[in-house]
Amino acid sequence: MSIFLTKDSRVIVQGITGGEGSKHTALMLKAGTQVVGGVNARKAGTTVEHGDVTLPVFGTVSEAMGETGADVSVVFVPPAFAKDAVMEAIDAKMPLIVVITEGIPVQDTAEFWAYAASKGTSRIIGPNCPGIITPGEALAGITPATISGSGPIGLVSKSGTLTYQMMFELRDIGFSTAIGIGGDPIVGTTHIDALAAFEADPHTKAIVMIGEIGGDAEERAADFIRANVSKPVVGYVAGFTAPEGKTMGHAGAIVSGSSGTAQAKKEALEAAGVRVGKTPSETAQLMREVIAAL
Amino acid sequence: MDLYEYQARDMFEKHGVPVLQGIVADTPDEARAAAEKIGGLTVVKAQVKTGGRGKAGGVKVAKTPDDAFEAAKAILGLDIKGHVVKRLMVAEGAKIAQEYYFSVLLDRANRSYLSLCSYEGGMEIEQLAVERPEALARVEVNPIEGITLAKAKEIAVAAKFPAELVDKVAEVFVLLYGVYTAEDATLVEVNPLVLTEDGTILALDGKVTLDANAEFRQPDHAALEDKAAVDPLEAKAKEHDLNYVKLDGEVGIIGNGAGLVMSTLDVVAYAGEKHGGVKPANFLDIGGGASAEVMAAGLSVILGDPQVKSVFVNVFGGITACDAVANGIVAALDMLGDAATKPLVVRLDGNSVDKGREILAARNHPLVTLATTMDDGADRAAALAAK
Repeated sequence: MSIFLTKDSRVIVQGITGGEGSKHTALMLKAGTQVVGGVNARKAGTTVEHGDVTLPVFGTVSEAMGETGADVSVVFVPPAFAKDAVMEAIDAKMPLIVVITEGIPVQDTAEFWAYAASKGTSRIIGPNCPGIITPGEALAGITPATISGSGPIGLVSKSGTLTYQMMFELRDIGFSTAIGIGGDPIVGTTHIDALAAFEADPHTKAIVMIGEIGGDAEERAADFIRANVSKPVVGYVAGFTAPEGKTMGHAGAIVSGSSGTAQAKKEALEAAGVRVGKTPSETAQLMREVIAAL
Repeated sequence: MDLYEYQARDMFEKHGVPVLQGIVADTPDEARAAAEKIGGLTVVKAQVKTGGRGKAGGVKVAKTPDDAFEAAKAILGLDIKGHVVKRLMVAEGAKIAQEYYFSVLLDRANRSYLSLCSYEGGMEIEQLAVERPEALARVEVNPIEGITLAKAKEIAVAAKFPAELVDKVAEVFVLLYGVYTAEDATLVEVNPLVLTEDGTILALDGKVTLDANAEFRQPDHAALEDKAAVDPLEAKAKEHDLNYVKLDGEVGIIGNGAGLVMSTLDVVAYAGEKHGGVKPANFLDIGGGASAEVMAAGLSVILGDPQVKSVFVNVFGGITACDAVANGIVAALDMLGDAATKPLVVRLDGNSVDKGREILAARNHPLVTLATTMDDGADRAAALAAK
């Protein structure tokens, strides 16, 4: 079991004919995902081949959904065109839209998020994220499917490679679902959304939450955990040594003034009963103790 | 990117926001000439990206061009909270009747835009928010609807502007929102927004933050960057599209993915506590791909930092296989030749890790040590830097 993505999910790829879209379509198929087609208005009516799988390319998301019954779209469209691509998927009432694209102007994200919120028919994950994986069942994104198998841990993280690192550390235990929510200032699915879903998922027994400097998402997640999460949560926050005023790679990862520091986030999480590791390996160790005590 | 006041002023003017004349001056002579050109009373203002310049002596009123010359002499070179003044703006003087506050910004928590506005200006906004929160209106702005004239009036009323001023300031709010959207800003702030004695609304001092992700559709923004203020190593890294931030330490860091690199900095700092207090020297994210060229560019940036004593390469092979990364490291070292002088600790895990480690072991470069884990690599690199 899992959250948001299962073996029954039917996935289309917006930007399936591009370099990244093509490469990751092959990897998603290899991970067992039911990829059922793609969208590229200029190549509508053609097909793409991946091994013995032939996938149709549609002109619009709506057409792709009608023809294939897709309920997940993974977006690999370049930043300049990403807003239109996501808007189109929202208009088509696509239930889950996973936006992998990095470098989307934040006003574009603000607009498509506001649009999605007003329609209420689509969940967005990302942008600038590795996507979501339910090991052994399906992958909608770019997380390597070979790192870890299925298991009782739910993982939510802003960062891609830190997700991989944590999955690697705990690969002998395994994951129900691992979701990378993305490092941009505005993201469609938050730590809180993922925590709520993991709390409701009977197969998730414990949750690891990875945060990083910038904003106050971790502090708000801590408040949510205190009030709503009964399952054990282990946390990790990256960026203790980050100086004020310098953006650390992710557009959202910046310490401004007294807010957004790793220390403040750690303290907020600990005050909510979350055990917080100083390093990824220590965090994995805390999770081992939690799993052993279940 | 944060803009200087004079850049914000120019941007406001471009979008029709009412501003006063302002001329940039880098020397006292230029300040005198600017004051002559403007005529009458002028204000000489330090151009620094920090608040509290008035208190620090960075703003002076000049009655004559000679006054402006003297003011410039006094302000240039001043250290305001660690920012040394290198540039001034000589601005037209205004007869101020009242001061207000207005801003529109990205509201991360609510995934929306937010307008802050107050009829009571002339105070640091942070102070106002704490001491008299009821005087600071907070109005959500829907990113699709934006600040229409109706919305702008709603903001003015919420900020307790008297009825006779609402229409007048609302027009300016709409123009300022135009700056926010047209320029892909994440913050447009005016403090103070003033009413002059003759009844005009003016944006007297502005602060603008621009979204770097929008550079591809904002061709004018690159020229706004203060190249002199950018660290030369950071500039070199940017030429190669590398994400590099110079820090004050001895262990050079290269990794893939922002989160993992931030985490690597922390792990190295902790390891450093056991090795004479050595610290990470930089943040460097080479991104998902780690070709020989990218690795060589990254290494040469890090080795160009004279403070660096050792380098920790921490790569988790996700989509990029570790053998490709290992080949990149070997090729980078060969490309750099004698320029590579500092010891390298390499930790590889993930996709094709065995092949990657074999490649490095086979090359057996005298500068390269292989680490078994991230913690082990951080410890070894810190130990080497402490030698």
